[in-house]
Amino acid sequence: MKREIKIDPVTRIEGHAKITIQLDDAGNVADARFHVTELRGFEAFCVGRTLWEMPSLTARICGICPISHILASAKAGDAILAVRVPETAVLLRRVMNLGQIVQSHALSFFYLSAPDLLLGWDSDPATRNVIGLGAKDPDLTRRGIRLRAYGQQVIERLGGKRIHPAWAVPGGVNQPLSAENRRWLQEHLPAALDTIRFTLDLFKRSFVNDEMRGALGEFPSLYMGLVAPDGTWEHYAGGLRIIDGAGNILADHVDPTHYQDVVGEASEAWSYLKFPYYRALGYPDGMYRVGPLGRVNVCDRFGTPLADAELEEFRGRGAPSGRIIDYHYARLIEILASLERIERLLKDERILGTRIRAEAGINALEGIGVHEAPRGTLFHHYQVDENGVMRTVNLIVSTGQNNLAMNRTVRDIAAAYIKDGKLSEGILNRVEGGIRAFDPCLSCSVHAVGNMPIALELIGPDGTVVDRAVRD
Amino acid sequence: MEQVVIQIDGNEVRTARGNTVLEAARDNGIRIPTLCHLDGLPDIGACRLCMVEIDGRFGTACTTRVRDGMKVRINTDELHEMRRTVLELLFAERNHVCSFCVSNGHCELQDLACELGMDSVRVPYRYPTLSLDATHPRFIIDHNRCVMCARCVRVCAEVEGAHTWGIAFRGTQVRVITDLGVDWGNAETCTSCGKCVQVCPTGAIVLKGQATAEMEKHPELVAELEERRRAG
Repeated sequence: MKREIKIDPVTRIEGHAKITIQLDDAGNVADARFHVTELRGFEAFCVGRTLWEMPSLTARICGICPISHILASAKAGDAILAVRVPETAVLLRRVMNLGQIVQSHALSFFYLSAPDLLLGWDSDPATRNVIGLGAKDPDLTRRGIRLRAYGQQVIERLGGKRIHPAWAVPGGVNQPLSAENRRWLQEHLPAALDTIRFTLDLFKRSFVNDEMRGALGEFPSLYMGLVAPDGTWEHYAGGLRIIDGAGNILADHVDPTHYQDVVGEASEAWSYLKFPYYRALGYPDGMYRVGPLGRVNVCDRFGTPLADAELEEFRGRGAPSGRIIDYHYARLIEILASLERIERLLKDERILGTRIRAEAGINALEGIGVHEAPRGTLFHHYQVDENGVMRTVNLIVSTGQNNLAMNRTVRDIAAAYIKDGKLSEGILNRVEGGIRAFDPCLSCSVHAVGNMPIALELIGPDGTVVDRAVRD
Repeated sequence: MEQVVIQIDGNEVRTARGNTVLEAARDNGIRIPTLCHLDGLPDIGACRLCMVEIDGRFGTACTTRVRDGMKVRINTDELHEMRRTVLELLFAERNHVCSFCVSNGHCELQDLACELGMDSVRVPYRYPTLSLDATHPRFIIDHNRCVMCARCVRVCAEVEGAHTWGIAFRGTQVRVITDLGVDWGNAETCTSCGKCVQVCPTGAIVLKGQATAEMEKHPELVAELEERRRAG
């Protein structure tokens, strides 16, 4: 008999989702889907608000990566004011974005995924969490928490508070960095660097092996991320690079404001999350991945010594990597690279400059702000009227771009472990673990209103579908 | 100046004849919460937050003049509850979202919520659909954040003498307008003096280009201006 298995809700992710696994008559996996079951609707209710409120308004999309939205929004605002942001403000925005990458990646790894890796997929679910991790390895847990705290301190020392600082504005930022705060960040950086090097060594010793590679699966796909003009890893500016599963560059240095030429968006009746795809290959063949694995796969180098040494080792196992477990690996390398870059930027005397904001009126009616959020490339696309009031808002959020790949991951892991309809909690946790590797933030990603496809199914007492209505 | 003696919460206090109950309380160091009142502008008793009990009846302290032997109660449980309810109704009536408001941290409505211990709103929010007018080159009026205190109307008429601001419609439809309802950017009487921005207690009337939490106002300028005018 056909059966459906539901994992509802998916735990240790940000936002609300469920997974359904359809079994065939023999009890093997016929299909599996990752359904995003929440709707936020920011694209709709931001319309009518002013440009100047947008960084703080869209920051409220997320409490984990508010900085991502603040910066993408401020950059879209820069484009509408048509100003050149003062160089100190650019340096400060870069430091804050790197701090955001550090804290968000540390949260994903230590709090959400390390319990699976270090306590075991099949360990007691009651203690398979950060508290259980603390009991087993208090030193690592404490260091992980402190690493995240450092990233949060970067944000607070620049913006005045750790979550939702009202700091980046169209044209720049509204508060310079004090010498005292710079000194604090410099003094505490070595401990953070030490922790990530220690964690990377532990990760490579324990989890870079065939068993883990098999546990979460691997498949080829396209990868996308920003790179600098010379191909170096980039998180704030630069152009889009898209490579295929063999490492061939399909598109390079695409002006990110022309994202619509390369990225299309599809929707499915069973999820609130849109399905972006690479236009040239169509839907769903144009599946691409963003985030740590995407960026690490597309860049030529990090441009900092420690991260470049790690990149070389990472690529020694075959590049580009399609391994789901390598999302974690790439995430840890990015923490290292971010800390090295913070160190470099803080040494630059221009960082203490006080010319931090360019002021102007509305000089363009459209603006696109793009940068790399922890989970991948983030696009804020605004159209305003001549007074700066929002007319349309389009958000292409990082998590959405991994939607096709997350569904593929769920299907692969389910098919590999579920045989003859036999299940265990540990198997379901592996399916969730595949999703966790992407570190999805669903609260960030579900905003379209008005074009949402809806499917209604009328199911009879014997479980058969009696009637079905679809709006698409 | 002739003095009168009144009772406030059982204590005898002295104040000048002609003063309001609010002035009498303030002269004697007693706090009564206010929102629409602003030193330098005529009082209209619009917001009802200064509600007190006067000889057994409820009334607004800002518009009631003292009389000899008047018995005023300010701090009773019943009055605290009334003031808090009035404040909750103000919050529920329009769309006050502090988190991204330009006046966050510098807002009289927000300060009152803290002062009166408003940790929740017990009446249903109305969530009206309201517009924002950004047609003026320097200023924005956001009706979502307006509390109908009419400070803008009063300062524009009584201090600037321009009479640009007015009040249109009634009940839940009531709102402030410029020049009989044209967009602010087309209001010919507006002198762009900015006094309405400075006196507005919330993020309703603000400077254009201010981002979240950046709008700091100086409503005390009106009283200073009046003082200087009197001094000639």
